[in-house]
Formats: sequence, structure tokens, C-alpha cells
Amino acid sequence: MMAFSAAPVAQAGTPKDTFVIARNIADIINLDPAEVFEFSGAEVITNMYDRVMTFEPDNLTKLVGGTTESYSFSEDGKTITLKMRKGIVFHSGNPMTAEDVAFSLQRVVKLKKTPSFIFTQFGWDKDNVDGLVTAPDADTVVLKITADLSPGLVLNALSAGVGSVVDKKLVLSHEKDGDLGYEWLKTNDAGSGPYMLKTWKASELVVLERHDKDRHGVAAMKRVIIRHVAEASAQRLLLEKGDVDASEDLTADQLKGLEGKEGVEIDTFPQSNLMYLAMNQDVKVLTDPKVQDALRYAIDYSGLSESVLQGSYKIHQAFWPSGMWASYDENPYSMNMDKAKALLAEAGYKDGGGLKLTIDTLNKSPFKEVAQSVQSSLKQLGIDAEIILSDGATLWPKYRARKHQLIIARWGPDYSDPHSNADAFAHNPDNRMEAKLTGKLSWRNAWAKDWATKEAEAAAKETDLVKREAMYKELQKKMQSDSCYAIMFQLVGKIGRRANVKNYVRGVTFDQVYFRTVTK
Amino acid sequence: MTRKKGAGPFPPLPPFARNLLRVVFTLALTFLGLMAVTFFIGRVLPTDPAMAAVGNRASEAVYQAKRLELGLDRPILIQFWLFLTSALQGDFGKSIMTSKPVIDDLKRFFPATLELATVATLFGVLFGVPMGVIAAVRQSKLTDHIVRVLGLIGYSVPIFWLGMVSLVVFYAKLDWLPGTGRLDIYYDGIVDHVTGVILIDSALAGEWEVFNNALGHIILPAAMLALYSLAYIARMTRSFMLDQLSQEYVLTARVKGLPERTVIWRHAFKNMLVQLITVIALSYVNLLEGSVLTETVFAWPGIGLYITNSLFNADMNAVIGGTIVIGACFIGINMLSDVLYRLVDPRAR
Repeated sequence: MMAFSAAPVAQAGTPKDTFVIARNIADIINLDPAEVFEFSGAEVITNMYDRVMTFEPDNLTKLVGGTTESYSFSEDGKTITLKMRKGIVFHSGNPMTAEDVAFSLQRVVKLKKTPSFIFTQFGWDKDNVDGLVTAPDADTVVLKITADLSPGLVLNALSAGVGSVVDKKLVLSHEKDGDLGYEWLKTNDAGSGPYMLKTWKASELVVLERHDKDRHGVAAMKRVIIRHVAEASAQRLLLEKGDVDASEDLTADQLKGLEGKEGVEIDTFPQSNLMYLAMNQDVKVLTDPKVQDALRYAIDYSGLSESVLQGSYKIHQAFWPSGMWASYDENPYSMNMDKAKALLAEAGYKDGGGLKLTIDTLNKSPFKEVAQSVQSSLKQLGIDAEIILSDGATLWPKYRARKHQLIIARWGPDYSDPHSNADAFAHNPDNRMEAKLTGKLSWRNAWAKDWATKEAEAAAKETDLVKREAMYKELQKKMQSDSCYAIMFQLVGKIGRRANVKNYVRGVTFDQVYFRTVTK
Repeated sequence: MTRKKGAGPFPPLPPFARNLLRVVFTLALTFLGLMAVTFFIGRVLPTDPAMAAVGNRASEAVYQAKRLELGLDRPILIQFWLFLTSALQGDFGKSIMTSKPVIDDLKRFFPATLELATVATLFGVLFGVPMGVIAAVRQSKLTDHIVRVLGLIGYSVPIFWLGMVSLVVFYAKLDWLPGTGRLDIYYDGIVDHVTGVILIDSALAGEWEVFNNALGHIILPAAMLALYSLAYIARMTRSFMLDQLSQEYVLTARVKGLPERTVIWRHAFKNMLVQLITVIALSYVNLLEGSVLTETVFAWPGIGLYITNSLFNADMNAVIGGTIVIGACFIGINMLSDVLYRLVDPRAR
């Protein structure tokens, strides 16, 4: 070690074999794949665990086997047989078998954490899952689906974070009071993926180390360090100085400032998050289709996209994001105040008719700016709208209790199948307050249409892929003009990266982030 | 033997024991009040700890299960009682935000803030006290005006902005100091966590390169915090010193022909020490709990940021744990001030 000197020296640059990322990781609250549902946490577990099904970085739209070498369906589509990929080794050194896969899927259902609905929709519950998910031998996993769902949907859902395979032996060695190792796995690692968890210090850093026995081969980067830097300006400085290799929360201003800077490049990629305005159907005036359409015409889509959002969102008006299978990319609405005024007048609200509404949204950019723009447009229609800004901890309980009027919020799919968003936006089989289908946006907005529910269910069951795609596109098209939503924008991901860093692949969904391809 | 009228069944306690009992009783009451106020404020806020834990997308069944797990279905007084009995055993529960026991989080976050606030206070005292004294001695002269302007800057310039500007200048442009965080990535994990204060841990381990790096990292955030502390200490020192300089004993000392330096530092300064200790103690406690913005800009994993993030996420175990630590610091530093009063002022003994 160097002797102490009076003037502290700043050591610039990152090691050649280490990939250093600056981002706000305050949202990592847990690293158990049965529970992780936050953006940063999902990125980390993607690189720690192999999933039953997956998307590889060389083709982010093609579903392929992860721990699964091959699969087959029974004639009725209710039984799926998965054959294990050979030679997968956990970070602990234990070999992966079908037992581990069956245990991991059963564990998600038994623990009943937030993302467990992805599997319980198959008809699995804690009492029947041991019989429906089995491992008859070390190389075979058999899944029985009791719900009426397309096998394709089931395979897509197995590519979600809950489809991560955990090391059964290791996890159960840490089990306490029958918790299936939950308390331990929240902060530890039982994966087989390209990187192993070395350190997680909440709101400080995550350190991952390379797993040399990864099934894909040895990754170029020996370590990946994610540093918590909450302030975007500080992220930019660190990137410019070369003290980090990538900065992931840069604002539009900072990205603009980085354009043309030597040694820094900007990556742009579509993301699956949608920003929408929803109208609570418990508020009588908002149930009128003419009022709904008037509001859709009053939104300044292009103005917002170009000015406030500065390219960080693009216009997208259907419930399934562009760039994903079965997306519908037509955007029929643009700002037309004359039409909006006429529609309002037809609905009996000439010059606003003294209407007063509230707009709930998150107290952060760009939601508040978008809310201000909508407020200003409504003012031009003669509607007096009050903006209510809240943090998530206040806003979400209010939304789930249907206590809002208008709300501007964001939604991203839970897994890579259009049913994920069709279920949220369109499906509402029981609109009663006591039904409490709070996970569905349709229920939260008290929007229940038989046709939409039936079409969402039919598409989820359809086994013919071509027909299924057409059904989702049709449903999206219909809901653009007949629903409680004005879907406005789709997120465009942008990160700053040092020019010497190559092959940092990120996909459309929030957890398609691959560290193993990175080179420097 | 007959007892005196009105005497209890026990012999009267000696004064020392009575004082000790009084202190213990006051401390217990203060902590109880602190816990109660924080707990009940947390429960009346329109935030939902269960929702914060399970997230916006959870099904009603998952959400209700979490409410049960957190005991939120029970009457609020029962919730408080359960919390209190656990807290008295040193168990503040687990944090929603970190999935770890709050006590473990506090062991990590508090030393980071303690380190930052201590260095900042040292800066504040080393520069603020002489500046205040000089400003008083040279009242209404150029030096006094300079100190006043510096004080004004310390009070009024937003620390968030100043922090960013200092990073741009000293880190990005001049390359004199390292960037954000407590250490460069090269040094993370080299030194074992003993006290959690990296400057101390690295010195104890003899890892001078780590010490050097940690020192570099603390200079900017500590200087930002110190600016506020310095402004406050300098302003108050000036005021105390002006008050002393107008006293008759100062006039007498001057008439006796004592050198001005002796009059100021051995007489006037000594007499204002009690007040100054109070000011420094208050400033130190303020920095311990009020450095959120500095911690945000410099990605410093401190307790201010921990409490603030926890509050936004309705992580009430973490909020209460953090508040108790800050409360304990407040009480501890006040008691230390009392001890120092007695040392510097014989009348207080």
C-alpha cells in the first residue's frame, strides 16, 4: 500500500475487466426472484439467474429455452413437458436438475408474493402446485395447466423473473420456519447465471462477480459494479470523467449536453413502459364516450413528445408497446381543440359546462409536466382541472381504492406476452367494489365492458399464433376509441456509455439487460 | 426509632443517586415521547406501508397478507405496544427498503453521516470561530463585512446547487478531488467494517491508501456542509464576542494595559465559551440529521438520506429507528455540552 500523502489523489477510470454503472438503485429492496418486481432489482437478477424460458441478446424478440433444452405440448395443450438443458451448474457448484426447476416454480406460488399472479393465472395454487408442477426424472419437468390459456402464453410467462431457477439444496439449507429460504434469499444468491452476487449494500452499490461455469461461456467482464448515484447531474460528471462506464438515469438535458462529447456515446432503445391518462368510470361525466374522445383530442401529443419529453417518450396509443409481438402501431389521435370542443358540446358541456375535475399524478418529472399540459388544454375547453401531485406511497393506494377522477400514470408489461397488458387494460370480469381486482387498471378505473373482457379471454386461449396476433391487434384498435384510456406515449430508453464499452445489450422489457456480452 | 412525618418507607437517596435517577427518568420519557410521536405521525400519514412493501401491482390477496404480516390490521395502540416492546429489546424490525434489520442498516448508514458531520463541524469550528472573533474585534471594517457576506452565502445559497458546482469545478474541471461516494471502486471492500467510519477503520488497519482516498472523497461534501455550519458559528461567535467586549471587565483589563490579544482570547473568549459550546453542539446535531441534500448530490449513504427515502416509501420501522438514533445523538450531545460547561465555567459546577 502507498504511504499516506497530504494531498489526496483522485484515481480516474475504471478497471479494464470491470463494468461500472451509475444509476439510482434505491428501488432494489429485495433480490429473491420470487418477489423482485422493481426495475433495478430485475436487471440484477436477470444476470444472476437462468430462467426456464428466455430471450437471448442476439435476438431479443425470439423466445428460446433457458434452462429448457426443448419442450412439447400434449394434444389438448394442457400439459407442457420441458426437457432440461444439460450441464448447468449453480454458483454453489451444485448441478442443476429438473428438481430445482420444479421447486423454483412451486416456490413462487407457495410464497404468494406480488409477481406470483403470473403463475397462479395457470390455475396453480399453493395446494395443487406440487401435483401440477412435477419432475418425474432429473431431466424432465412436467407442467399441467388447468386454466384455459394458450401454451404459448405459458411459455412467454416462464420467461418472466419468477421463471428464474434457484438452487433448491442451497435455498432449503437456509429455510427458517417453513419460509422456503425466503428471508435468506432476499439478500443472497442461489443462481446459475453469468454473474454471482458478491455485495449488495442498499442505496450504495451492487457488486457482481463472473460465474466462470456459466452455460454461455465466460463473460468478458470479471466484475460488474452498479453504483447508486441518485443525482442525474452527478451521473453525467462521472461518465464524462470516465469513472463509470455507463450512466442510466440521465435526463434529456444531460443527454443533449453529452452529444458529441469525446469518449461518450448515447444508446437509444425502445422500452415497454406506456404513459396513459385514465378516466375513472365512477365519475359520471367521464363515462360519456364523447367526453372521453374530447379528452383524447385535447392532449398535445406531438408538442409534449418534442418539448417536455424531449424524445424520452414517443407517441404510442395502443396498450401493447411497439417493438413487441402483436403490437398495434397506429396512432389515430392528435391534438384537435375544435373537435374536442365540439364533442364536449355534443355531450352537453358547451364551453366546459362548468366542469371541474382533478388530475392525480406522481410528483416527479415528466408526469407533473404532462399533467400541466393536460390541465392547460382542459382550461381551453372550459374545464377547470386541479392537479394533485403525490408520491407513489400515497398515489397507488388512492388509485387502487378508485378515489381518483383523472390519473396520469405509467404501466409496463409484467412478462413478454400481450395478455399481460390485455389483462391489465381490458379484462374486468367483476367490477364490484368488493371484488377488489386491484391489479387490473380496468377495475381501478371501474371500466368493465363484456366485449373487452371476452376478447381478452379469447385471445389468451387462442393456440393459433396468427389468429392470436390478429385478435390482440383488433382489441387494441377498438380500445383506442372506446375505453376509459388515452394511451399517450411509450418510453424510449437512453443511456450514456463510454465509447470503449461495446455490446451492452438492452431490450424492450425492463429486465432485458445483459452484462455478459459487454466488452471494453 | 420513629420516622419523620411524610417520609417514605425508604431512606432518602444521596444527591448523586437522585440526579442519576432524574437523568434516567428524563431520558426514558424523552425516548418514549420520540417513539410515540414518530410512530403515530407515521400511522396518520396518507401512506401505506403494506402497499410500499408489495408494490402497486400486487393483488388484493397479496396486499392483505402483507397487512397482516405487518400487523396493520390490529388496533393502533396494540401496534405501538408491540413496536415498543421489540424496540426496547433493540429490535426495530426489518426495513421494507433494504430487507435487512433496521439495526443493521443504522450500523451502516449512521457512521457515514457521523463521519461527514464531524469533519464538517471541525471545518466549521476551525474557520468559523476565528472568523467570528476577528469580525467582532474589527466591527464594521472590511473584515467584518467579508465575514458577513460569507455568512450570507452559507445561509442562503442552496446546498444542492453549490454541491453540483463544486463537483463540476474541483472534480470535473480541475481534477483536484475525487467524485461522488465514500471511496473509489478500487478501494471498496479492502478495509473491514469496524466502526463504519472509513477514515478511522482504514487508519486502524494501516491502509493509508484507502485513508487517502476516503479523505479525498469527504472533502467536498464536508466543505459544503461546513459552509452552513461555519456561517452559523461565525455569526454567533461575533455576536457573543461583541457582547463580551462591551463588558466593564474588558475595559478594566484594557485600562490595566493588558495586551489586546490577552484581553480577547484569555478573558473575553473564555467568558463566551459556554454559549459557543451550545452553538457548536446545535450545529453538529443539525448536520447529523440535516445533510440529506448533500448526501443526495454526493451519493453519500448517510442516515439523512436513509430516513428520507424510508419516509417516502412508508418504511416506518426505518424512519423510527433513524429518528431514535438522531434523538439519542441530540440528547448525548446536549449531555456532553453540560459536561463541557462545567469544565470551562466553575460557576456551573
